[in-house]
Amino acid sequence: MAEVKFINVTKSYGENVILKNINLEIKDGEFAVIVGPSGCGKTTLLRMLAGLEEITGGEIYINSTKVNDLPPSKREIAMVFQDYALYPHMTVKENMSFALKLKKLDKNEIEKRVTEAANILQLNHLLNRMPKQLSGGQRQRVAIGRAIVRHPKVFLFDEPLSNLDAKLREEMRIELLKLYQKLSTTMIYVTHDQIEAMTLASKIIIMNKGVIQQIGTPIEVYSKPQNIFVASFIGTPTMNFIKGKIIAEGDKIYLEFEKNKFFIPAFSFTDYQNYINKEVIIGIRPDDIILDESKMDKENANKAKVDVVELLGARENIYLKISETKNICATTNSLKIPPQTEIKFSFNYLNLHIFDPETEKRIN
Amino acid sequence: MKTKVKYFFIHLFIVMAVIITTYPLLRIFSVSIRPGDRIISTDLSLIPDGATFISYIKLFKETFFIKWIFNSLLITFATSFIGVTLASTAAYAFSRYNFTGKKWGLSALLLTQMIPAGMLILPLYLMIMKLNLINTYLGMVIAYSVSSLPFSIWILKGYYDTIPKSLEEAAMVDGANEITAFYKVILPLSTPALSIAFLFNFTMAWNEYLVARVVLYHPQNYTWTLGLFELQGQFITQWGMFAAGSILITIPVLLIFLYSSKWLISGLTLGSVKG
Ligand SMILES: Nc1ncnc2c1ncn2[C@@H]1O[C@H](COP(=O)(O)OP(=O)(O)O)[C@@H](O)[C@H]1O
Ligand SMILES: [Mg+2]
Repeated sequence: MAEVKFINVTKSYGENVILKNINLEIKDGEFAVIVGPSGCGKTTLLRMLAGLEEITGGEIYINSTKVNDLPPSKREIAMVFQDYALYPHMTVKENMSFALKLKKLDKNEIEKRVTEAANILQLNHLLNRMPKQLSGGQRQRVAIGRAIVRHPKVFLFDEPLSNLDAKLREEMRIELLKLYQKLSTTMIYVTHDQIEAMTLASKIIIMNKGVIQQIGTPIEVYSKPQNIFVASFIGTPTMNFIKGKIIAEGDKIYLEFEKNKFFIPAFSFTDYQNYINKEVIIGIRPDDIILDESKMDKENANKAKVDVVELLGARENIYLKISETKNICATTNSLKIPPQTEIKFSFNYLNLHIFDPETEKRIN
Repeated sequence: MKTKVKYFFIHLFIVMAVIITTYPLLRIFSVSIRPGDRIISTDLSLIPDGATFISYIKLFKETFFIKWIFNSLLITFATSFIGVTLASTAAYAFSRYNFTGKKWGLSALLLTQMIPAGMLILPLYLMIMKLNLINTYLGMVIAYSVSSLPFSIWILKGYYDTIPKSLEEAAMVDGANEITAFYKVILPLSTPALSIAFLFNFTMAWNEYLVARVVLYHPQNYTWTLGLFELQGQFITQWGMFAAGSILITIPVLLIFLYSSKWLISGLTLGSVKG
């Protein structure tokens, strides 16, 4: 049981600043997922919490203890490494009991905990194998088992699924969720995969270039991304961005993009007055482009030609050509519209995202 | 067909290599069992006429041979253990930590290996004399373990470098301090390199002659190398006993190699990381 706090934490290697002013609070029992592109500093952040990397500036707290100068062994955390880091000279059972033996727990207790973890992870029949005799998925489970037996205050995971194939990854994701529901311990999970982040997290921390971009629940970061980076990072297919000028005609406002005028209702952009005749970027998710005439805002609908259709089974991605150089993506249930067809569409105004092109921050 | 030809040549090569390496040993053996009056004969048969173990018996009866072997074993094992212990920890520091002079230190270690052993005799002698350790086991052990240290450090450092750092980190997160992580995780994984270092130390110390020559005075304290050369000499070289001694002293080395071969099997780190 523990909460974790980062206060103004920075990290640099010589001149290179890797993490800038990280402020983050993870509550007891939360499943926090730190997500961001490769190289943004996720691993470094996690390793600083684990005590494997020195902290250049700021403070890290586990509960009320400042851990800056505490060695890893005193922090009561468990970490699952990206490469698993199983001890190659020990059997699965020895791997799992290593920490407990160091703690000098008595034999029965060790046996009990190992059996318990092996049951949860279905490792019972593998206890006497060596790591090299295991498949990738099994090694992964052993690595998790090694963490579970310790009953740690916090679990740390560094891209634990990235070495597994797609199918196994999906299975393990569900396993991890079950595990979390069973243990309800604080978990901090690092990944570059936004789908993993969305499905696992109770709190998502989105990072880019060593800076936290947004913290929130999966729904919050999906429906109210605070900047263009978050908007484009979360969600598949990627959000469409259209950069244009806000114009007012009569009592209506539009986004003017080349020959198109996209209607923007005042309720989805309350601050429009400050942006008249200025450039903004609007973001609209493929799911929020309405092609169904019965649901469409017919009065303000726009026209486009279907360029390419990607079939995904029950769903399809339709790329609509709105100018010579610009396509936007819409998703629909299979409509079987042939390419080159001219169709109408409108936006779901409730989910319109508007950003300032200079600051890239959300302005609606 | 092709593979048969290939195997024929492979076997031919192996057989020739075996003959070349064992022939001198067999000759020495045949010399050691010749009766005294036929030592200098040019007879090439492996078991000579009137073969006898008299040279072996004389070796034990008329010389300090058993004491020499004991001295050699004591010095050799002490050297090997001390040498490997020092090298395994020093190499760990070179492999895992950053400190000023690390690069320089490593190059300096390599540099010492380029100096011919003979050149070091005098300085080694002077140092051991200053330490008042002339004619002692300790003097020998210090001289030996120090001179094989650089090689052992390089071997072990190279091996440690191949062990993923995440293993120690996992151990430390699991509650180990750095020392525990070292001897519970790194050392057990390094047995191939440790045995190579041990064998290197062992053969070096076991066969060494020059340093022993200047450090040890009293025949009772001799190592077998000095002892055997003692037989060569004064008025007449005792070839029979010399050969008998030469055969006997290969036994410990042989046993050590046979025993350690199982530790030399590499690839223990396989399967620790990735899939
Ligand atoms: N020991 C190091 N020395 C210098 N730079 C490092 C070191 N470790 C990591 N970095 C740099 O820090 C940045 C963040 O790395 P990392 O935390 O591993 O990113 P992520 O896990 O998000 O992919 C990278 O640009 C990487 O090059
Ligand atoms: Mg990483």
